Amino acid sequence: MDILQMNEISKVYGNGIYANRRVNFSVCEGEIHALVGENGAGKSTLMKVLFGLEKPDSGQIIVKGTPVSFQSPQDAMAIGIGMVHQHFMLVPSLSVTENVTLGFEPMGKAFIDRKTARKKVQELSDTFDLKIDLDMPASKLAVGIKQKVEILKALYRGARILILDEPTAVLTPQETVELFIQLKALKEKGFTVIFISHKLREIKQLTDRVSVMRRGELVASVNTEDVSEEEISSMMIGGGYSGHIVKSPAVPKENLVEIKDVKWKDRNSVPVVNGVTFSVRAGEIVGIAGVEGNGQDELIEMITGLKRYDSGEIQMFGSSIKNEEISSLRERGMSYIPSDRMTLGVATSMSIENNLISTKINDPSIYSGKLLSASKIAQLSAKLVSDFRIKCGSSKTEVSMLSGGNIQKVVVAREFTQNARLIIAEQPTRGIDVGAAEFIHNKLVELRDSGCGVLLVSADLDELTKLSDSIIVLHNGQISAYIENVSAVSEIELGHYMLGVNKQSASDIGRAYHTK
Amino acid sequence: METLVSLIFTTDFISSVIRVTTPILLATMAVLVSSRAGVLNISIEGTMLFSALMGVVGSSYTGSAWLGLLIAVISGVAFSYLLAFFHLRLKTDVILTGIALNLFSSGFTVFLLFMLTGDKGVSTKLASKVLPNINIPFIEDIPVLGKIISGQNFLTYAAVISVIALHIFLRKTRTGTYIRAVGESPEAVATAGKSVNNIRQTALLISGGLAGLGGAFMSMAYLSMFTKDMIAGRGFIALAAEAMGMSNPFLSFLASLLFGFADALSNNLQLINIPSELTRVVPYLLTIIALAIYAARAKAKSKS
Repeated sequence: MDILQMNEISKVYGNGIYANRRVNFSVCEGEIHALVGENGAGKSTLMKVLFGLEKPDSGQIIVKGTPVSFQSPQDAMAIGIGMVHQHFMLVPSLSVTENVTLGFEPMGKAFIDRKTARKKVQELSDTFDLKIDLDMPASKLAVGIKQKVEILKALYRGARILILDEPTAVLTPQETVELFIQLKALKEKGFTVIFISHKLREIKQLTDRVSVMRRGELVASVNTEDVSEEEISSMMIGGGYSGHIVKSPAVPKENLVEIKDVKWKDRNSVPVVNGVTFSVRAGEIVGIAGVEGNGQDELIEMITGLKRYDSGEIQMFGSSIKNEEISSLRERGMSYIPSDRMTLGVATSMSIENNLISTKINDPSIYSGKLLSASKIAQLSAKLVSDFRIKCGSSKTEVSMLSGGNIQKVVVAREFTQNARLIIAEQPTRGIDVGAAEFIHNKLVELRDSGCGVLLVSADLDELTKLSDSIIVLHNGQISAYIENVSAVSEIELGHYMLGVNKQSASDIGRAYHTK
Repeated sequence: METLVSLIFTTDFISSVIRVTTPILLATMAVLVSSRAGVLNISIEGTMLFSALMGVVGSSYTGSAWLGLLIAVISGVAFSYLLAFFHLRLKTDVILTGIALNLFSSGFTVFLLFMLTGDKGVSTKLASKVLPNINIPFIEDIPVLGKIISGQNFLTYAAVISVIALHIFLRKTRTGTYIRAVGESPEAVATAGKSVNNIRQTALLISGGLAGLGGAFMSMAYLSMFTKDMIAGRGFIALAAEAMGMSNPFLSFLASLLFGFADALSNNLQLINIPSELTRVVPYLLTIIALAIYAARAKAKSKS
């Protein structure tokens, strides 16, 4: 029995691009249904239509046999559709209870009836076994808990159909496991879940059926157990995806960056990075693994000059970066792909062109005389757009109009064409589609082979083990393992180092620093 | 120095601090409610000025100070509606619109005054009323303290009550909760199916009403008439006080007291032969210093 049918949904955006073209999507009651597709394939638009955030240009939505038309999310909520957004919609200073009840507070005479509100939320969280401290302000919650609050919010609003937009993108492996248990429990209770994801393995683990979208169209809806990961991915990108990276053994040369006993404390004097020593050599990819919040963000910020280290020493290309400006590090050959691409990676309201030349502004090749040459910039941009296969109307398109994967390609196109000697790539493929990720992986290997040093930080262990020549594991701000033979290490072993269950000897860890 | 000390530690001086704090406090609360909703209302200055004139005009035509006060408040709400309309409905920049409204108010009040009285500077030709001072039974009999706390203007008490009322409003009511939510995370409110614009508009109208009270105090209590540009930057000082008070009603109250103190000091320093050109600088200088300290602290805080 279909609880939900979306018939012949079309949506055209202002720039003439079909985000959805005659999509027929249906979901059975009580199933977990995966919706997959590359970035820009139209999944988000379809879900926005379903949740009343966008109005379709044509087509019909039928819920439990009755045609409906949503003017706003409130209409969708009223009919039992709830959405857990990828970016959490929580008010930082409000408590969990206040966040959950926001918009639907039980009222006393003049004031909000806090007791009833708390009781209701408590009952709900007990029923669904979502254990949360209800009085904690949202700002103090861990990411995994925030997600639970979002789910609770949807349930409080009476959702029977839950849409989860890439819920695992921000979670640690442990949190993901917990989420899956909860989603399965919801399914047992008769709830319907629409699960948007890129991670094929998770889809196999969790879902009953899977619908694949490609370029605005729904290309297939199948039972998950009938297809393999490879089959799903080939439906998504319409071609074969090898899933593994072909690379020759690394030929490391001189040290490009040397990190010696670097320490940094936060404002509460908690040591976040607590004596880290390693080096990255030309011609190798060094991966950094670690559960989020174990110092990797801060470490990268110090290496890239975004943060000053308290003690220790970082040398890049043979000299200290203690008092160096970021611009001079870049001039000398450092390139950086930040994890927070929307804030640090691009200026979203500017054109692709402007973003591409933002680090090349001193490059004489885009000038004619003393002035910037529009035609030379256009030429350069057009070349980068085609080389890096950025899907866009033109290189004058505003970056914010692009899909996540294409935005990342803009960052990568800029950073990889800097004549870089050292590339620091932080979560380079997080939240982007398989095609774009594969492209970036191959580029990284290519650059390594041409003699670049690459420092790769990734929460995706699969990516890390496939790409890295050696792996450094961070735990509690310290190196807990240095793995030289990456192909021989299992994810379970890595997990033990990441969680601090195991730790290598000091001499093993010491090998992360190469003297030469 | 000795004269200064003897000047400050008198009941008259402390009482005057409370008096001059009143308009700053009301303006600060006006700023606070708008900034909690995520719209910085910098047109408080102009709103107060407009209300100050309307209070005088209203009370002289109706013959009642209370009706004058009501008209001042309504004028403040109406003036803020302009900002809400331009910023929220027509999507103009809130700062530019605020500046425009301030300049408009400065000119328009003089124009209105001239139309009504033929005078461009003061409203002495209008027989306007003043709001009463209130003596609180029992408290007025307490030595020293009674002299300070009792006998203040009606609006001074109203201002203090507004701090508590605003605190309760923001924390306990639905609208107050939405105002806080909309200031921090408008998406959360929008996805809960509430109109962000409507909530912000409500906050701006409340802000206008509070500014209206502040304006009325200036022309119907502090002075007994309207004079050209009589708000003299209090609406802007309130922005500093609210920032110093970190958008918390009670801390902002303390911050406005500090500015009130500076204001009172500048009035009194003139009595001890310090050139008035110099003493007038005190509150504004303090504003700059306070903002600098505030900014430095915020910067140190965000070090991580």
